[in-house]
Parts: sequence; C-alpha cells; structure tokens
Amino acid sequence: MVRGFALLLLFQLCGEATSRLLDLPIPGNVMGMGFLLLALLLKIVKLQWLEEAAELLLSRLALFFVPAGVGVMVYGDLIAAEWLPISVATILSTFVVMAVTGKLAQRLEVPETDDVA
Amino acid sequence: MWRDLVATPLFGITLTLVVYMLAQQAYRRLNSVLVNPVLVSIVSIVILLLAGGIDYRDYARGGDLILFLLGPSVVALAVPLYQRRQQIWQRKAPILLGVLAGSLASIISACGLAWLLGGSREVILSLAPKSVTTPIAISIVEKIGGIAPLTAALVVLTGCLGAVCGPEFCRLIGITSPVATGLAVGTASHGIGTARMFEVDRLAGAVAGLAIGLTGLATTFLLPLLMALGGF
Repeated sequence: MVRGFALLLLFQLCGEATSRLLDLPIPGNVMGMGFLLLALLLKIVKLQWLEEAAELLLSRLALFFVPAGVGVMVYGDLIAAEWLPISVATILSTFVVMAVTGKLAQRLEVPETDDVA
Repeated sequence: MWRDLVATPLFGITLTLVVYMLAQQAYRRLNSVLVNPVLVSIVSIVILLLAGGIDYRDYARGGDLILFLLGPSVVALAVPLYQRRQQIWQRKAPILLGVLAGSLASIISACGLAWLLGGSREVILSLAPKSVTTPIAISIVEKIGGIAPLTAALVVLTGCLGAVCGPEFCRLIGITSPVATGLAVGTASHGIGTARMFEVDRLAGAVAGLAIGLTGLATTFLLPLLMALGGF
C-alpha cells in the first residue's frame, strides 16, 4: 500500500516537473498518468505494486471532487450576471457532447452491424 | 474557540466526510440519480457554510487536503487503462474519433448557444473549455482571454451534470456499449463523470479516464484553430 502511494506521488511529481520545465499545456497529473502507463507497458513498474492504492483512490474518486464543487460558491456572482446564456449553453452542450461522442463511437465500434442489417 | 476550530483543516475534512457519508446513505435509500452523492454534498455544504456564516477560505483549509488526493488519483487512472489495454487498443479508432468529434461539438454548441442568447464575449470564451478537466481548462482560458474563475465553476457544473444523468441519458438515446458510454461521459464531463462511470462499469471507467486526457489535448489544439476560422 505504501509502495503504491509512493509510486503514484513519484509519477505525479515527475509529471509536474516535466509539465513545468517544458511549459506544456498539459497538467502534471495527466502527464504522470501517461508516464505510469508507459512504465507499466515497459514492465518497469509491476501492476501488483499499484493495484491496492489505485483501487482505494479510484473507488472514492467522486468524494475528492466535493471540495472543488463547494468552491463554485465563491463565483456565484459571476454566474448570476449572465445566468441565462451560461446555464442553457452549459446544460444543452453537455448533452450534445455525450450524444455526438457516444453515438459516433458506438457506430464505429461495430461497423459490421451495418453490413448485417 | 469555535472560530479557531473552524479555521483548522479538521473542520473542512470532517464536514466533507460526514456530509458525503450521509449523502451516500440517502442515495442508497432513495435509489434515484437525482440524489447523486457528489451534487447533494456540494449543495449541502454550501448551504451549511452560508447558514453558519463560515468563510469559504476556512472550509478550504480542510477541503484542499481532500482535493489534493485528486492528483494521485488521476495518475492512478493508468492502472485500469493498463488492465484493459487490449480492449481499449482494439477500439482506438472509435475512441480517438469520438473524442475529436465530441470536443468539436462541445466548443461549437457551448459558444454558439451562448452567442445566440446574447452572452458577452468573455462569457462565450469562458464556456469553450467547459468539458475539459480543470487544470487544462484554466490554462486554455487564460490563453484565449476568458474569465478563469468562471471557467473553473462551469467545469465543475458540467462534470456534475454528466455524473448525475450521463449514463441514464446515454441509455435513453440508445448508447449501450460500455466503451461508448464511458467515452461519452468522460468526454463531456471529465473527472466527475469518470468517477460516476467507475461505479457503473470498470471498462467504462477506464475509457472515461482516458477521455479526460484526450479531450484536454483535442480542445487545446482545436480551440485556437476554430477561433481563427471564426474570426474571433
């Protein structure tokens, strides 16, 4: 467990360092995810070293977003100023994205259904 | 004494965990997506802070410590990706094209709708990266001239919306494959949507996690291009 957390933080640190040194638009934790995936694929890091820590964090992922959501209260005035375009655009656009992405991916995922039909 | 206690990290952490635990119990009891634990917790904590006259910065001392765990959690997304690498690699074309189309649709629909409804230029630009994970969205919006705090708030709201009704909406419009559902919710609602997908299906969660990074990349490169084309 300790080894798993140490590795996750180490990869995050490497990601942060790379992101800052190269002034990349990609945040350090996303870079860290890429590095860790590469290390797993190259067998530098063993899956069982990480499984327990990763499972612990990912099964509680939703909880970690709660403080971020509470932070929205500070910007209530900004949203209130133009609430109509903001709320309509945010809500409708979210559904549009899910429909476009999901429908396209599903269609491309099983192209043979078109032939059968 | 109360003032001093509220200003310690102990307060923010305890409040978050207790409220979240109660929200989870309500979710299990009522068995309805409308009482999504994340959304219910956020609204409850905001109401409690406002009612108690507690400064957000006092809450954040503890809240930020919980938020810190998001960093290693994003890194940990590599684990389910690695475990399901074969299933994901087989579907690389639908995944990449789905994210690309979704990112385009996100920018065009969000900015277009806000423009039609008379939104100001700053608000339109702040909406553009709303489906992108917070740190990438902030760096994008700072470059194009939107309002960074507004974008941060919109990113969280978009995430909650997709987490609350994403899987149900997908089923309703006939998206049944776990890969397509995970990709749709991850592309639209980044990390908060991914958290929900992990509760539904492991493969869908892994694909949603991948979509966080891919959507961030796609939007980073597409947005300046679209702005140049649109003459913004």
